[in-house]
Amino acid sequence: MKNFFLATYLAIKEVLRNRGRFLLVALVIALITVLVLFIAALGEGLSNANRQYVANLDAQLIVFLEKSDYSISASRLETNTAKSVRRVEGVADAGAIYTSNTQIVSLPEPLKISMLGAEAARPGMPPLLEGRYFRGGEAREAVMDMSVAQRTDLKIGDEIEIRSTQGTKDQFYTLKIVGLVGKQAYSFQPTIFVPASTWELMRPQSESDLNSDTPYPNIIAVKLQDPSQVAMMKLRLQDQVPNIEVADIETTINNIPGYTAQQGTVQTQGVFTLLIGILVIGGFFQIQILQKVPQIGVLKAIGASNGVVGLSAVIQIIIVTAIGVGIGAGLNYLFSLGLPPTIPLEFNGQRSLIAIALLLFIGPFGGMVSIIYAIRIEPLKALRLG
Amino acid sequence: MNSVALEVRDLVKTFSLDGTTINAVDGVSFQVKSGEFVALVGPSGSGKTTMLSIMAALLTPTSGQVLIDGQDLAKMNEKQRVRLRREKIGFTFQSNNLIPFLTARENVEFMLRLNGKLDRAGRVRSDELLARLGLMERLHSLPAQMSGGQQQRVAIARALIHNPAVVLADEPTASLDTERAFQVVETFAHLIHENDRAGIIVTHDLRMCQYVDRVLQMQDGKLVRVVEDKKEIMELAHGTLTH
Ligand SMILES: Nc1ncnc2c1ncn2[C@@H]1O[C@H](COP(=O)(O)OP(=O)(O)O)[C@@H](O)[C@H]1O
Ligand SMILES: [Mg+2]
Repeated sequence: MKNFFLATYLAIKEVLRNRGRFLLVALVIALITVLVLFIAALGEGLSNANRQYVANLDAQLIVFLEKSDYSISASRLETNTAKSVRRVEGVADAGAIYTSNTQIVSLPEPLKISMLGAEAARPGMPPLLEGRYFRGGEAREAVMDMSVAQRTDLKIGDEIEIRSTQGTKDQFYTLKIVGLVGKQAYSFQPTIFVPASTWELMRPQSESDLNSDTPYPNIIAVKLQDPSQVAMMKLRLQDQVPNIEVADIETTINNIPGYTAQQGTVQTQGVFTLLIGILVIGGFFQIQILQKVPQIGVLKAIGASNGVVGLSAVIQIIIVTAIGVGIGAGLNYLFSLGLPPTIPLEFNGQRSLIAIALLLFIGPFGGMVSIIYAIRIEPLKALRLG
Repeated sequence: MNSVALEVRDLVKTFSLDGTTINAVDGVSFQVKSGEFVALVGPSGSGKTTMLSIMAALLTPTSGQVLIDGQDLAKMNEKQRVRLRREKIGFTFQSNNLIPFLTARENVEFMLRLNGKLDRAGRVRSDELLARLGLMERLHSLPAQMSGGQQQRVAIARALIHNPAVVLADEPTASLDTERAFQVVETFAHLIHENDRAGIIVTHDLRMCQYVDRVLQMQDGKLVRVVEDKKEIMELAHGTLTH
């Protein structure tokens, strides 16, 4: 304990009396922090934009068409599959999900969206924040997600016009917004939800698609009575319902096109930035320790133990790193306030917290060599360097 | 009669360098009593710094004994030696004496802090000692803001503040002009005598000997002459001593 107080005393005095020098390193650490947090936020933002809807599903299993390799767009299920799934013992509920991309054109700037067909109050339809669900049948009603609301000034009660290319012609449809759900980005786009029959009518389709008028759901979201029975229920569903394959939510997310590759790239960038941070901090403290050899020699010669000298170096690095990360996180917070919603950066994710934890760790890690060096300086240096 | 604070018996230190062995210290014995101020003199390379390092428990001798306050350094482990250095020894070095980010007062007080003995009385004593050394106006100055002589005086205060048995000073006047050098050594001598410490000053400048009680002269690692007579010491200091 006495050693700890002595070490803290030395560390703090040195930082205070060399404010300029230490502030400079702290600022470098702050910039690295900004960079790392931006990358973390980008990772979080991109990942959300791609998987948010699937990750939020109130379901544990997803049913795909057999041999579709868990690709949502490649999977086309028979219309009555959802009914068969619901009859399987252990299934609490199941809802068919239909996916497509369209545009809202009744805006100053057309907005590309995901138009998802879902069944009101079934898995696949997110809980309402405001308004009501669309009615069934071919009701020309839609529920928008929060990202549509944030990027436009659309409100409940507004009418929107959708453009959809069918065969060789552009068709236009009008929908009334009746409800609002939380952020449900899918495939990097904001989302509107419509009833299945409306979806079938409005979705962009090729010439051949035009001849059939039964909606084909892409996937079915399955909510289990006992969410812990995922593995067993997956097998049971595949066994009892023909022509399907079943995946859990995580597998489904990892098979969203580009998801895994993109997250890998972002993570690599983050790791490299952290490595640069380690090198910068390591380099600074190593140079500093080399300049401090006589001073550390004197400290040891007059009776300071290796423990005090080493601990003081550690405390100093932690102080400087913490100040740097603090400044960086503060700067980041200011930046995040001024960001428009279209930029896929999310600072409140778990990733930002992990990044901050890692950043606090890189100081002592980068400074390790210099700490060992400090401990090994011989007190005789006080006399011999003269 | 004052007690023996430091005793050196048949001290030998050899270095091996590129196959040749150097006898840096070669069979040196002497005692220093409390209240006694001794100069260790000799030309460059005669073994003075090596002697000092061994007496300060910074270097292990090849053979021989060092006893500080009756304790044999060879019988201590490293932890005990570190403790001995901060409790029983006071140090001044040739240069880079002070902790650069601590003020004059903080440097002196640090010695008490190290020993867990920084209380109100200690603070008062530290300021008194600095005042005694003419540094009243420099209490809050950092080493870089002080002259070489002022830094040496702060170092002397630091070497004495914790009442060590032995005070060791390596070339304290090396970076000072003559007048300041005399002042520093004179004050040093006063404080050693007043506080009843055993003081050893290493110097190659014989003129500094006029303030000491005994001169130990080294040559090639050996103690070649001991001058104890006050008259002879003065002659040595003025360069008029023959034989
Ligand atoms: N670490 C060492 N390794 C090899 N030789 C050394 C070492 N330290 C001192 N010496 C040698 O020991 C002798 C005495 O050196 P030193 O004690 O520094 O003398 P002084 O302080 O009187 O100038 C010199 O010849 C020096 O070269
Ligand atoms: Mg020397």
